[in-house]
Amino acid sequence: MTLLLAAFDPPYWVSTLIKVLVISIVVPTTALILGMVFLFKVMSWMQSRLGPQEAGPRGTLQLLADGVKFLQKEDIAPFGADRFIFRTAPLVVLMSTLLLYVALPASAHLVVSDLDVGVFYVLAVSSLSVLGVLMAGWASANKYSLMGGLRAAGQLIAYELPMVLAVLGVVIQAGTLSLNGIVFAQANGSIFGWDAIGNPYILTQFVGFFIFLAAVQAELTQPPFDMPVAESEIVSGYQVEYTGFRFLIFFLAEFATAFVFAGIASVLFLGGWAVPWLDTASDWYYVLGPVVLFAKVMIVSFIIFWVRFTYPRFREDQLQSFAWKILIPLALANIVVTSVLKVVL
Amino acid sequence: MSQLSSADTTTETPAEEATEVEIDERRQAVLDELTARLGDAVVGSHIRPGDDLWVRVERAAWPEAAQVAKALGYTWFDFLSGIDWLPSPFGRDMDAQVDLQVSGAPVKEPAPLVQGYAGGDTRFQVFARLYSIAAGMGIHFKADLPDDELSIGTWSRTYFGADWHERETAEMFGFHFEGHPHLVKLYLPADFQGFPLRKDFPLLARRVRPWPGIVDVEPMPGGDESEGEGE
Amino acid sequence: MTATSDREQIAALAARANDNRVNLDFETEGMTLNMGPQHPATHGTLRIVARLDGEQVISAEPVPGYMHRGYEKLVEVRSYPQINTLVNRIDWLGSFANEVPFILAAEKLMGVEAPPRAQWIRTILFEMSRIANISLFLGDYGLQLGAMTAGFYAFRDREHVLNQIEAATGGRFHPNFDRIGGLKDDLPKGWITDSHRAMDKLLAFCDELDDLLVGNEIFQSRTRGIGVIPRDIALSYGLSGANLRASGVDWDLRRDSCPPGLVYDQADWKVWTHPDGDCFGRTWVRLQETREAALIVKQLLDTIPSGPVMAKVPRIIKVPEGEAYVETENPLGAMGYYIISKGDLVPFRVKIRSASFNNISVVPWVARGAYVPDLISILGSLYFILGDIDR
Repeated sequence: MTLLLAAFDPPYWVSTLIKVLVISIVVPTTALILGMVFLFKVMSWMQSRLGPQEAGPRGTLQLLADGVKFLQKEDIAPFGADRFIFRTAPLVVLMSTLLLYVALPASAHLVVSDLDVGVFYVLAVSSLSVLGVLMAGWASANKYSLMGGLRAAGQLIAYELPMVLAVLGVVIQAGTLSLNGIVFAQANGSIFGWDAIGNPYILTQFVGFFIFLAAVQAELTQPPFDMPVAESEIVSGYQVEYTGFRFLIFFLAEFATAFVFAGIASVLFLGGWAVPWLDTASDWYYVLGPVVLFAKVMIVSFIIFWVRFTYPRFREDQLQSFAWKILIPLALANIVVTSVLKVVL
Repeated sequence: MSQLSSADTTTETPAEEATEVEIDERRQAVLDELTARLGDAVVGSHIRPGDDLWVRVERAAWPEAAQVAKALGYTWFDFLSGIDWLPSPFGRDMDAQVDLQVSGAPVKEPAPLVQGYAGGDTRFQVFARLYSIAAGMGIHFKADLPDDELSIGTWSRTYFGADWHERETAEMFGFHFEGHPHLVKLYLPADFQGFPLRKDFPLLARRVRPWPGIVDVEPMPGGDESEGEGE
Repeated sequence: MTATSDREQIAALAARANDNRVNLDFETEGMTLNMGPQHPATHGTLRIVARLDGEQVISAEPVPGYMHRGYEKLVEVRSYPQINTLVNRIDWLGSFANEVPFILAAEKLMGVEAPPRAQWIRTILFEMSRIANISLFLGDYGLQLGAMTAGFYAFRDREHVLNQIEAATGGRFHPNFDRIGGLKDDLPKGWITDSHRAMDKLLAFCDELDDLLVGNEIFQSRTRGIGVIPRDIALSYGLSGANLRASGVDWDLRRDSCPPGLVYDQADWKVWTHPDGDCFGRTWVRLQETREAALIVKQLLDTIPSGPVMAKVPRIIKVPEGEAYVETENPLGAMGYYIISKGDLVPFRVKIRSASFNNISVVPWVARGAYVPDLISILGSLYFILGDIDR
């Protein structure tokens, strides 16, 4: 199979087209899956209710129906809004999400672009969404939007740092910035000489994992860090003026980002697409890799959404001090310990 | 002034009689204390034994009455409102005139202006209630407002809760509370004309349609036919 | 704006703004945020005009009246049984509790007393409406602070209580079951056993919520020390119910001056207070009250006497001349009706003293210097029902 694929060497534009198609199919699909499974079904289950039942078998097509409904809605820009920026903002947010998918490896070869500095790239493009959020908040000409946008900007910037620092521990341990490299390092690693399950960094970098998940939660503006979109006080913040497909884009971006962050968390901490007892060079990973990654993503997403449905939200100043006073010192300590151990061992 | 008070002592059972006198004394003591402190400003009072105390004070002494009561331990502010004693049928003419014609009964003559407990001389009264948590008793205060000067001192300096109650009373009855910090309309739109809770303010719904209670109900078996306005 | 003296206001504001003096150096312009009339946190149509300095509230002025139905005028053209239907709609989450003080006031004027069985059932239903009301608060407060799940748990377990109310009265929300001189009907068969079961579920719900929400660190950090109302201020504003007890005032009308017609002295229960006067205290007191209410119901269910549920009253109710005021401890706080009767079919004047009206009038005082998210905490913890403010 490796040979078969090696023989398939399309021209640049064909491979680009394929990649674009794959991304543009994968992104909405993953968003739909997460929305359907967690937002509708798991949430209903946790809250002892049924959730959607009518559309499709057991209500599985509800989100499609919702999506169609959104597409039918009129595209309204409020009077007084800065129309160009108002309309571009959702696209900027979506673009940040799409760029994140580029670097996510589903197996050694199933990756849109296997960057050497994958970790760096992921962390960099993920902060692009702040731009879109700020644009949306400012251009909506709405006080709630403005407050939401500013809160979001403050929060996203504040939580970039713990996220970077949390990942740094992994990078130090793996010795590479490439996402695939980190997967290999975990699959081939050993814990003090015991290599039966490789070395998934969740075991050694559990502090980093916790910080990373907390920061992801904040980046996704989900409870307990959903002050920027707190619907009970600033009525969904920067999204408040959006209707129709522009709101749908925000929605898609939110869930697709949740998926890709869960994916990055699985790559960094759970061994990515690899399973311990199968050699990473195996051809099986063309099929198995995406499945394994998907399973791990679902586990991580479950944790993310579980927290989302359970906790109340922090106040803006509380979540800032949580980032600066707890997460960042913790991450720095983690880095120090990791580096020392790396050198010593 | 207090000819109405005899009608109220109907519920006492012999068992309660022993305690009733005691509580009565407590209220009498409060009344005496108030009278001592306010002097001539207390112009009327009424005690329902074991239940409640009504005190009517001079209009000028209204804010002072609140301070005195607060000093006596009546710290909990219950409510403040107004009463329009303009009698029926003006108060009910939106239903009564129409209804009486439907039922064939003779139209009632306007009744004389009769004020309630603790008496009164004017059509409009302000009334309020304070409560002492320590004593477990409340006092109703009343004050007369002459028709030509519907204005009285504010309580909102003594009891912060009176702020909104006075605003409500002001818009509903057209009273003015001197010294109130922010006497604007509370419920009604700013351009609303008239004072809804005055008895001569027509309830439009009743003008347009007669009281459904009288046209819908069939005569009740054994009921008094002349009073077919019941449920 | 408020009636507090300037000195007190400045002191309170300065105390809160002590460590976050944002705008002394650069003079920024404030922003007026108009929350409502349609806003999720006001659950109803309350409007709050908040003047903001960044995220900090300089002043917040509630503007009620979007749901003002003029009950005090309407009751002047309705007979007493008709008014009963009307006052059901004041606090629509605990409807039965609205009827009771009105009926008791009318009974006081008429000199009628309900038979013991009716008094028992009245008290049970009164407490059930308290549970139906406050359990929704507990869930909804979580919802306002971002914890979605608590809200759904509240809806789920409130249903058991509503079912019991419905089984007894035929109405889930507006029972209109209380009558002058007793109740409309006796209890249905099997109701007592079912009610015991419902109360057990409710007690379990209280434990669950204690765990899920009230014990949560984030919840505590959002509510502890927020919106502190001192005892004097609470009394002066006429706060009542859990809002007053959370400020450390040990006063419950059910225990201290229970009007005749309710049998709270027949059960063994406690009045809970909290010394802090903050949002957490108010929530905690309400949680304990829900538990106590369930326990009261369980005790009274076991001791219901037999007998008629209706005293002998005339078919056409004419209330004798006089004035009467009856106040009871409703779910939201002290609610009273001042009835002035001239011996007619209709009352001459009814002053409705509703709890939320006073409870919410403290907002301008307490919201100063708070942050916008705290404003939500404060509004939620004061717990108002729009119908109870606007009447």
